[in-house]
Amino acid sequence: MEEISKKDRMKIPRQKMPEQSGEKRVTNFDEVNLGFTEELAKLEALRCIQCPKPTCIEGCPVGVKIRDFIGLVAQGDYLAAAAKIKEDNALPAVCGRVCPQEVQCESQCIMGKKHEAVGIGRLERFVADFERENVGIRTPQVKARTGKKVAIIGSGPAGLSCAGDLIKMGHEVTIFEALHELGGVLVYGIPQFRLPKEIVKAEVEALQKLGVNFQTNAVIGFTDTIDELLQNGYDAVFVAVGAGLPYFLNIPGENLNGVYSSNEFLTRVNLMKAYKFPEYDTPVFNCSNKNVAVFGGGNTAMDAVRTAKRLGAKKAYIIYRRSEVELPARKEEVHHAKEEGVEFLFLENPIEFIGQDGWIKQARLQKMALGEPDQSGRRKPVPVDGSEHLMDIDMAIIAIGNGSNPILQKTTPDLNFNKRGNIVIEESTMKTSKKGVFAGGDIVSGGATVILAMGAGRKAASAINDYLSNPES
Amino acid sequence: MYKIRSAEFLAPNIKKFVIEAPKIAEKRKAGQFVIIRIKEGGERVPLTIADSDISEGTITIIAQGIGKTTKELNTFQAGDSIQDVVGPLGKPSHIENFGTAVSIGGGVGTAIAYPTAVALKQAGNHTISIIGGRSREFVILEDEMRKVCDEVYPTTDDGSYGYHGFVTQKLKELIDSGRKIDFVLAIGPIPMMKAIAETTRPYGIQTMVSLNPIMVDGTGMCGGCRATVDNKTVFVCVDGPEFDAHKVDFALLAQRNKSYLGDEKTALEKQTLEQKSREEEKKEHECNYDKMFFSKISS
Ligand SMILES: Cc1cc2nc3c(=O)[nH]c(=O)nc-3n(C[C@H](O)[C@H](O)[C@H](O)COP(=O)(O)OP(=O)(O)OC[C@H]3O[C@@H](n4cnc5c(N)ncnc54)[C@H](O)[C@@H]3O)c2cc1C
Ligand SMILES: Cc1cc2nc3c(=O)[nH]c(=O)nc-3n(C[C@H](O)[C@H](O)[C@H](O)COP(=O)(O)OP(=O)(O)OC[C@H]3O[C@@H](n4cnc5c(N)ncnc54)[C@H](O)[C@@H]3O)c2cc1C
Ligand code: SF4
Ligand code: SF4
Ligand code: FES
Repeated sequence: MEEISKKDRMKIPRQKMPEQSGEKRVTNFDEVNLGFTEELAKLEALRCIQCPKPTCIEGCPVGVKIRDFIGLVAQGDYLAAAAKIKEDNALPAVCGRVCPQEVQCESQCIMGKKHEAVGIGRLERFVADFERENVGIRTPQVKARTGKKVAIIGSGPAGLSCAGDLIKMGHEVTIFEALHELGGVLVYGIPQFRLPKEIVKAEVEALQKLGVNFQTNAVIGFTDTIDELLQNGYDAVFVAVGAGLPYFLNIPGENLNGVYSSNEFLTRVNLMKAYKFPEYDTPVFNCSNKNVAVFGGGNTAMDAVRTAKRLGAKKAYIIYRRSEVELPARKEEVHHAKEEGVEFLFLENPIEFIGQDGWIKQARLQKMALGEPDQSGRRKPVPVDGSEHLMDIDMAIIAIGNGSNPILQKTTPDLNFNKRGNIVIEESTMKTSKKGVFAGGDIVSGGATVILAMGAGRKAASAINDYLSNPES
Repeated sequence: MYKIRSAEFLAPNIKKFVIEAPKIAEKRKAGQFVIIRIKEGGERVPLTIADSDISEGTITIIAQGIGKTTKELNTFQAGDSIQDVVGPLGKPSHIENFGTAVSIGGGVGTAIAYPTAVALKQAGNHTISIIGGRSREFVILEDEMRKVCDEVYPTTDDGSYGYHGFVTQKLKELIDSGRKIDFVLAIGPIPMMKAIAETTRPYGIQTMVSLNPIMVDGTGMCGGCRATVDNKTVFVCVDGPEFDAHKVDFALLAQRNKSYLGDEKTALEKQTLEQKSREEEKKEHECNYDKMFFSKISS
C-alpha cells in the first residue's frame, strides 16, 4: 500500500458510500448513509495525491487541514486524523454529514478536474465516527480558570463551537437554550435519517464534561434579557439564536388545516418525535396514503419531503419555482430524494390553496419561465400568463426559508439589527452595537450552513477572549 | 425538573398546581403563559400563569383535563415534578385605567382571566367580573375574584348557582342597564368568546380575547399557532395571545384546533389502555380522594 504510485492512486475510483437501499429506507428513520468501512476509507484516502499546494482547503470555510488529515487516514492513524480536523472544526461528525461539500472543499479538489473529487466529507465523517465509537470524543486540555463568565444564547452549531473554545480558554460558559433539547437546527430541523441525534448528543456531552453549563427552557428576552445577563455577572454575551422565523407564501388559503411551515413539520417529527406517535405524545399530520407537496428547493425542503415519504405519503412532491440547476439543496439530498420516489415539479409556483371543510384539498399553481439573473445570480422565475392549473394535494409544507425571530430585537432596544432583522456586527471583531455583546451564525448571516455558523462561533470565541482580557479596547 | 408544591382540584377535572419556577415567578406579567412538557416524550402544551409568588418562587397554573396531556397532568400531585416549564411567554396584557373593565371567564377561562383582572384593578379600574360555568361546581376562583374585583357575577347554564344563563346574557344586561363599560376581556371556549365579541360589537366597547391555538415551541419558530386577525396572519404565541375580539376569525381558530382530532383520540385511547382510565375518571370526580388514590404515571 505504501508504495502505490501517484498514477495508480489516480486510477482508484471514488469510493461509494454504503447506504440503505431506497425501498428499505423509506420505511424507517434510520440513517441513510452507513459510513465507510476502514477499507473503503483507506482506499478513498489513497486517492488524495497529497498536493504540495492543496486547493481543497480554500474551499473549506474554516480551513480544515484536509491534505494532512487524509494523509493520516491513509496511514491508518485515525485518531491523529481526528485531532488534526479538530484543530479547525469542532463538529466533524456533523459537518462530514451535512456540509454541501460539492460546492465547498470537494469543489476545489484537484482530482475533480480530470477524475472525481476526493470524498473529503465522507472521510471526515469516518474519522469522527471512528473516534467517537472507539475511544469516545476526546476532550482537550482546559486552561486555568480566568474567572470571567460568558453567556451564550442558542445551542446551535454557532453556540456550541463558541462554547467549546471559550471553555478551553479558561472562561466560565453557560449556554441558554429556548427549547428543551440542545443542538438548534441539528436537533429540531435536520432529520434523524441524515444526522442521528445521538451524534449531537455526544458533542453536547463532551462540552458538558469540559464544564460548559447548559440551561434549557430559557428564552432570552423573556426569561432573562440580555441586559439582565450582563447585570447578573456575565462579562460578555454571544448571541447565536439562528434564523428561526418561518416565511410563509402569503397566499390565500395558507391557514387551512394541513398547511405547515417546514419548521413546524420537522420540529414535530424530529424534536418531538411524532414519527413515533403515539409512543411519543406529539402528533403530526397523518401522511399515510396522502399526497404531500413541499414548496421550496433547499435542504429544508428535501428534509421535509423525505420525511413525508417516510411517514407513508403516497405521493411526495417538491414544487420549485426555478429549474433543477438552481436547486440550492445539497446534491446528495436531491439524489437521495429521487431514489426514494420523490417527484420534482420545476418552474411551478403556488398562488392559492383551496380547501374543503377547513382542510387543504388543492393548490392552484402557475407555470414559471426563467428570466434575467437576479441579485443572487440565479435566473429569476417569471410567471407564464394563462398557465394556471389545479393540483390535488392533502398537505402542503412551506419551505421557502427563514427570517430572524423578533424576540431579541424587541427586548434589546440598543442592539442594532438591519432591515431584514439580522444583527449587525463588525466583521473583524464580531462585536455588535452593544458593549460586551457579540453575535454570529444564522442570526447575522441569514440562513446559511452548519460550517459557517460553526466558523462564526469560533471566531467569536477568539474575539470574546480578546475582549475579556481588555474590555476597553 | 420543576417540582409541584401543591395540587388540588377546583372543580371536576380542573386542577390547580403551584410549581417551583422562581425565575418565571419573578418575571411573569398578567396575560403571559408557560409551555410545559409533563414528562420525557410528552408534548408541549401552553397554560396561562394564573398567579405567582415571588418570595416562594412559585407560579400557579390551572388546567382543565380535556385531552391526553392535560388529563395526565391532572393525575400529578404535590411532590411530583414536571419535566419542562418554559416562560413567561407571549405579550403581557395591555393594561391601563380604562374606567370600568369587565373580565369574563368561562369555565377554566376564569383562571386565564384572573391575573388580568388583578392587573386591571391595580391600574385603577372599576373591575367587574362575570364567571360562568355549566353548573355550580364548574364556577371556579370565585373567592379569589371577589378579593380583587368590585363586583363579581357568577353565572350557571343550569341555574344551579348565581345568575341563570350564559355570561353573554349577563354582560348584555349590564350594558343595557345603562352602565358605562369601557373595556371587556373575555376568555373561555371559542363559541363563548365569539358570542361576547358579537355582544359588544354593536356598542363599540373595546373587547379583548385570549386565543388558544395549538402550539409547539411558543417562541415564534414554527408558525403552528397562526391565526387570522384583521385579515392578517399572526403568530399567537409571540403576537398575542390577546387580540381585539372584533377582528378575530374565530371560525378559522376553531377549525385549526381540530387539526389532530383523530390523533388525539388515538393518544387518549393509548393512555386509557395504560391507565385503565375509567377508574381514574371516577376518582377525578371525587377530588378529595385524589391524594389517596392517584399514583404518578411513569416519567
Ligand atoms: C431543515 C434544515 C436543514 C438544513 N440542512 C443543512 C445541511 O444539510 N447542511 C448545512 O450546512 N446546513 C443546513 N442547514 C442550515 C444550518 O442548519 C444552519 O445554518 C445552522 O444550524 C445555523 O446555526 P446557528 O447556530 O446559527 O443557529 P441554529 O442552529 O438555528 O440554533 C439557534 C438556537 O438558538 C435557540 N434560540 C433562538 N432564540 C433564542 C432565545 N431568544 N433564547 C435562547 N435560545 C434561543 C434556538 O432554539 C436554537 O436552538 C439546514 C437548516 C434547516 C432548517
Ligand atoms: C396561550 C394559551 C393559554 C392556555 N391556558 C390554559 C390554561 O390556563 N388552562 C387550561 O386548562 N388550558 C389552557 N390552554 C389550553 C390548553 O393548552 C389545551 O387544553 C391543551 O393544550 C390541550 O392538550 P391535551 O393534550 O390535553 O389535549 P388534546 O388531546 O391536544 O386536545 C383535546 C381536545 O381539545 C382541543 N384542543 C386542542 N388544543 C387546544 C387548545 N389549545 N385549546 C382548546 N382546545 C384545544 C382538541 O381539538 C381536542 O378536541 C391554553 C392555551 C393557550 C394557547
Ligand atoms: S468542514 Fe465541511 S467544507 Fe470543511 S473540509 Fe469538512 S466537509 Fe469540507
Ligand atoms: S486538493 Fe484533493 S487531492 Fe489535493 S490535497 Fe486536497 S483532497 Fe488531496
Ligand atoms: S407555537 Fe410555534 S410559532 Fe407559535
